[in-house]
Amino acid sequence: MKKVLEGSHAVAEAVRLSRVTVISAYPITPQTHIIEYLSDYVADGTLKASFLKVESEHSAIASLVGAASCGVRTFTSSSSQGLALMHEILHWTSGARLPIVMAEVNRALAPGWNIWADQLDSLSQRDTGWIQLYCEHGQEVLDTVFLAYRLAEAVSLPVMVIMDAFFLSHTYEPVDVPEQELVDRFLPAFKPKFQVDADNLVALSPLVTPNFYMEMRHNMAKAMEESILQLAEIEEDFSNIFGRYYGPIEPFLCDDAEIIMVTSGTVTGTSRQVIQELREKGEKVGLLKIKLFRPFPSEIIRKALGPAKKIAIIDRNFSFGAGGIFAQEVRAAMCNLSDCPQIFGYIAGLGGRDVTTDLLEDIYWRTKKSEVLSEESIWMGLQEENHAVERS
Amino acid sequence: MPLNVPEQDYMYPGHVACPGCGAAIAMRFFLKAMGEKIIIVLPACCWSIIAGAYPQMSLKVPVIHTAFETGGSVASGVRAALDMKGDTGTTVVTWAGDGGTFDIGFQALSGAVERNENFIYVCYDNEAYMNTGIQRSSSTPYGAWTTTTPGRSWKRMRKKNIVEALVAHRIPYAATASIAFPEDLVRKVEKAKDIKGSRFLHVYATCPTGWRIPSEISIKIARMAVQNNIFPLYEVEDGVKYTINYKPKEFPVREYFKLQGRFKHLTEGDLAEIQEMVNEDWELLLKKAGD
Repeated sequence: MKKVLEGSHAVAEAVRLSRVTVISAYPITPQTHIIEYLSDYVADGTLKASFLKVESEHSAIASLVGAASCGVRTFTSSSSQGLALMHEILHWTSGARLPIVMAEVNRALAPGWNIWADQLDSLSQRDTGWIQLYCEHGQEVLDTVFLAYRLAEAVSLPVMVIMDAFFLSHTYEPVDVPEQELVDRFLPAFKPKFQVDADNLVALSPLVTPNFYMEMRHNMAKAMEESILQLAEIEEDFSNIFGRYYGPIEPFLCDDAEIIMVTSGTVTGTSRQVIQELREKGEKVGLLKIKLFRPFPSEIIRKALGPAKKIAIIDRNFSFGAGGIFAQEVRAAMCNLSDCPQIFGYIAGLGGRDVTTDLLEDIYWRTKKSEVLSEESIWMGLQEENHAVERS
Repeated sequence: MPLNVPEQDYMYPGHVACPGCGAAIAMRFFLKAMGEKIIIVLPACCWSIIAGAYPQMSLKVPVIHTAFETGGSVASGVRAALDMKGDTGTTVVTWAGDGGTFDIGFQALSGAVERNENFIYVCYDNEAYMNTGIQRSSSTPYGAWTTTTPGRSWKRMRKKNIVEALVAHRIPYAATASIAFPEDLVRKVEKAKDIKGSRFLHVYATCPTGWRIPSEISIKIARMAVQNNIFPLYEVEDGVKYTINYKPKEFPVREYFKLQGRFKHLTEGDLAEIQEMVNEDWELLLKKAGD
């Protein structure tokens, strides 16, 4: 049924329909609406789950480690400082091979205090062994929660469903909320590969010597790799039932494109409009949206970007001393191509600053006109820059 | 005289605790009383090692090893999952050291007991970070040497009163117990087992390695701690009803300190000062118990 929902509500609807058994969370703006909706569902019995209202994000994820170890479907949600506080247990979750799903609302890290959209919180967690899926709109968020559970439970790794603060979490859009019966067909009850109970003598996550540790990590690496293929199969199944498909990446008007802009999250929606307008003006430009960030689908991205002459990557994040994080990853994926396109890295929209159509168009023209490849990140829309322009 | 405690053991011989380890003795008696219908949540502590490295284990009950500060939170999640699965017969037990309880795990523990999570939390207290090699914790007593309170900078802060901190949460049951009084310990575990909600046991567990004592006096030291009111045995129900289980007439603490290498730097003046503190704490406890 079509409903007009904000992104947070779409997440909560998906969690309800996924028949999650244990939820644990701690409030942080802009994630709060998600856990408020879920509190209502649990309170009125719409969702038969246990909701632990714990005293910190660290305890939120740790309590799910306990619950998931007992073989039930689990959910949490966080953002920014809260996600950073979870960091230790994020590693633990993947190492313990627990299929926990989290909705992560991208918000800037302090100081200064900033509650608005910025991807550095989730991208800082890229080495924790969590699968990361970035979403563009409300429907995608809802659908991705279902995909996330299927994927997590298939490969025994946790999954983060990631959405921009406010631009997605608090924006109302028409969303098709499927019937429970359809969701049950796609996502049956969780059948855990292992679980602790009093009759099952096991020791989970014990001390592991150098004789075994490396093999454990290698198994994780294989599961992570396998998740690209698994996701493809799961998505096929999803599209057969629901008629929607996203893919690990989505090329948009990329055929014959000489310049391809690369985006993730809500910047993608704005970029679609810009690309279309530029196409109408006869520019050979395309757009590549990256949804799956971990594991990074290097081969698929190489194929999609390889034919272009120039690539412009837009990062709503910055790794100090290195640059935009999507740019780093794309560069690493492309570097062994014999005829590698020129890659430009743009930084835009940090701390929730608008990434407007004008700014995106500006990025396109800059990229087109650049004769020399700049290895450095190009910060877009800085106020100092504007002042400098005014002075000259 | 034979001990009146259950016969059945839930520990295998050959575990890797130090000789005379109070933590190992504490676990042995605890499990005798607790039985096997349990899941143990084991945050980082000496017992992370004693329980065995993969693929071995020294316990005959299931264990979830977990991060240092998560004793309260992981147990909450285990309980929630078991309840949702309809498994109400299994007791969830967190087994943590003093570092994981008094210090880094205190927040999660406080959160869990404020929610009155239905589990038993056992802190075996060896009064310092022993697994990492004898560093001070907020459980380390006044006067003690540790590797982070060396030489003249021995610890000059009093031991945190963890039981009172838990009692302040008004939990259904909080008690102290000692490895030197196994029948009392077993009775308290059996009592705790039958209560619902958050239950807290603070178990005195000698550490010969860290306290610089011969392993054969491990139990003797534990007994002296109780007899001299350094570690009184008592119970508190619902945060208000105090029962003192052992009341010595006289309790000179000097000998207890003299036997332990960790206190060897203390002067007679220091010991007199410590005696005053012990007297004061005892008076306070008597008042709370209305005795």
